[in-house]
Amino acid sequence: MSTATVNPDFATAISNYDPVLGFEVHVELSTNSKMFCGCPTDFGAAPNTHVCPTCVGLPGSLPVVNEAAVEATIKIGLALNCDIAEWCRFARKNYFYPDMPKDYQISQYDEPLCSNGYLDVDVVDEAGEHRTVRVEIERVHMEEDTGKLLHTGGDTGRIHGADYSLVDYNRAGVPLIEIVTKTIEGTGALAPEVGKAYVTQLRELVRSLNVSDVRMEQGSLRCDANVSLMPKGASEWGTRTETKNVNSLRSVERAIRSEIIRQAEVLDAGGTITQETRHFHETTGDTTPGREKSDAEDYRYFPEPDLIPIAADPQWVEQLRAALPEAPSLRLGRLQKEWGLSDFDMLAVVSSGAVDVVVATVDAGADQAAARKWWLGELTRIANSEGVELEALAITPTQVARVVALVEDGSLNDKLARKVIEGVLAGEGEPDDVVAARGLAVVSDDGPLIAAIDEAIAANPDVVEKIAGGKPQAAGVIVGSVMKATRGQADAGRVRELLFEKLGVDA
Amino acid sequence: MSSQTSLTAAEVEHLARLARMSLTDEELTRYAGQLDQILHAVDRVGEVAVDEVPPMSHPQPLVNVWRADVVTPGLTADDVLAGAPAAEDERFRVPRILDGE
Repeated sequence: MSTATVNPDFATAISNYDPVLGFEVHVELSTNSKMFCGCPTDFGAAPNTHVCPTCVGLPGSLPVVNEAAVEATIKIGLALNCDIAEWCRFARKNYFYPDMPKDYQISQYDEPLCSNGYLDVDVVDEAGEHRTVRVEIERVHMEEDTGKLLHTGGDTGRIHGADYSLVDYNRAGVPLIEIVTKTIEGTGALAPEVGKAYVTQLRELVRSLNVSDVRMEQGSLRCDANVSLMPKGASEWGTRTETKNVNSLRSVERAIRSEIIRQAEVLDAGGTITQETRHFHETTGDTTPGREKSDAEDYRYFPEPDLIPIAADPQWVEQLRAALPEAPSLRLGRLQKEWGLSDFDMLAVVSSGAVDVVVATVDAGADQAAARKWWLGELTRIANSEGVELEALAITPTQVARVVALVEDGSLNDKLARKVIEGVLAGEGEPDDVVAARGLAVVSDDGPLIAAIDEAIAANPDVVEKIAGGKPQAAGVIVGSVMKATRGQADAGRVRELLFEKLGVDA
Repeated sequence: MSSQTSLTAAEVEHLARLARMSLTDEELTRYAGQLDQILHAVDRVGEVAVDEVPPMSHPQPLVNVWRADVVTPGLTADDVLAGAPAAEDERFRVPRILDGE
């Protein structure tokens, strides 16, 4: 969001090249059962317990399409202004990799269920002006997720140098929707922000449809970012790379920025870009090469003979269209008005992925400004340092609203409120439990303060003498010992006031 | 569609690599010849294809055969791992993946 610190390498790259972007976003649907069999889809079960002959590809098993997954895909397609195919098929994508027990993935190839849509995303440009960028959607298709590999031995869980791998097929066959954009040109220096805004706003859109929990840190929303550069003024695209392992909204922006810088450096040095998959590293913020991309023909796609084509009844599609919830863009406009925010402030909420938690906190009784302050400040800081999304934090909007209420009625100051939040996050219970257990309430009554000040005065006659002798800065010792006696719950300013009052000196 | 299909040994080698098969030069030449015959046989079907008959991927003219989104019982980890050549920690154990690449 902030344009305060412009990376000089990035600025150089953008002055010489125009970035061209493309995104493949995978969304795991939150259906009860898998795409082609009745196994459950819950995240986090013991390994290989959500499996059956179909999803582990045992001979003789046959897939049958989950109707709810088709419906969810149509909803996503409609929300993205796509055409819904009157007739389409599944296809086999053939490849050998132990994450797919069948040695092929059932996907869609040249006949996706949804195609030709768009999503308008909002960004703020360098001049602080609000800009809408239309991201065109090429297709939305259905497929099945793969199993999970655990690389063992060698170099700490990385595939390179691993001695062997362990496979859990619980995730194999979970309904997966792939949303593919057309190429996005003309974003210039805004490319990283446009990328982040697209994924953020796509996530909000899918979430509003209630078809996926779209949690990046759990992998139910995954983003592959394609980046290529073309010299300024050129009309032909350069070779693109596809960056995977982009596991947070913030990483989308960082990955695009670092890939633009890397490609510009390669091109400036007279080198060429290899078409390949690259892996983004959360800790360093850069990308390293993965496998070289297979050509589509190497997947030897062909129509899936075990499945019957899908022909969505136009009446059904129209019913689904009529029942779509309020579009997030309209909802955001409404919230912005209700809360009386500037474009800039509203975008800060959106790009932090905080809209829903702020709304829920306001619904739980908090003032919107206070709700925004905590979610965009302290809680975003904690979420970033833990590398998780706001919703994944172990504190609910209701609990945040309670903290806000405690600050408002003067029971807590901001410093203590942060400790209460820390306690809630550490699993110490509700905010009130943490206040009680940790003894965190602000001491607002002067009585206990005066008693503590009296004690401190008695214990430090030399200091009192100095203050009385015209050295008010010596008061720090007494204030300090009062704060210590009240375990930091006193208002230091008030302690100072009371102390000078008592000693009859001017501060 | 060409009826002069001719598969080269290099193409067969590429296919073998995609199928993770290691073939000798002698096998490559032999299979290239055999696969070529099969492709020619399939090409002959193309000769009788007419415009009025749409391509077909399934013998039944059905659409929308699907199931309700209901969880049904599956296999236990013990069951599913019983046939695995190797298992560890309730997971399938597979040889190193990127060997030699």
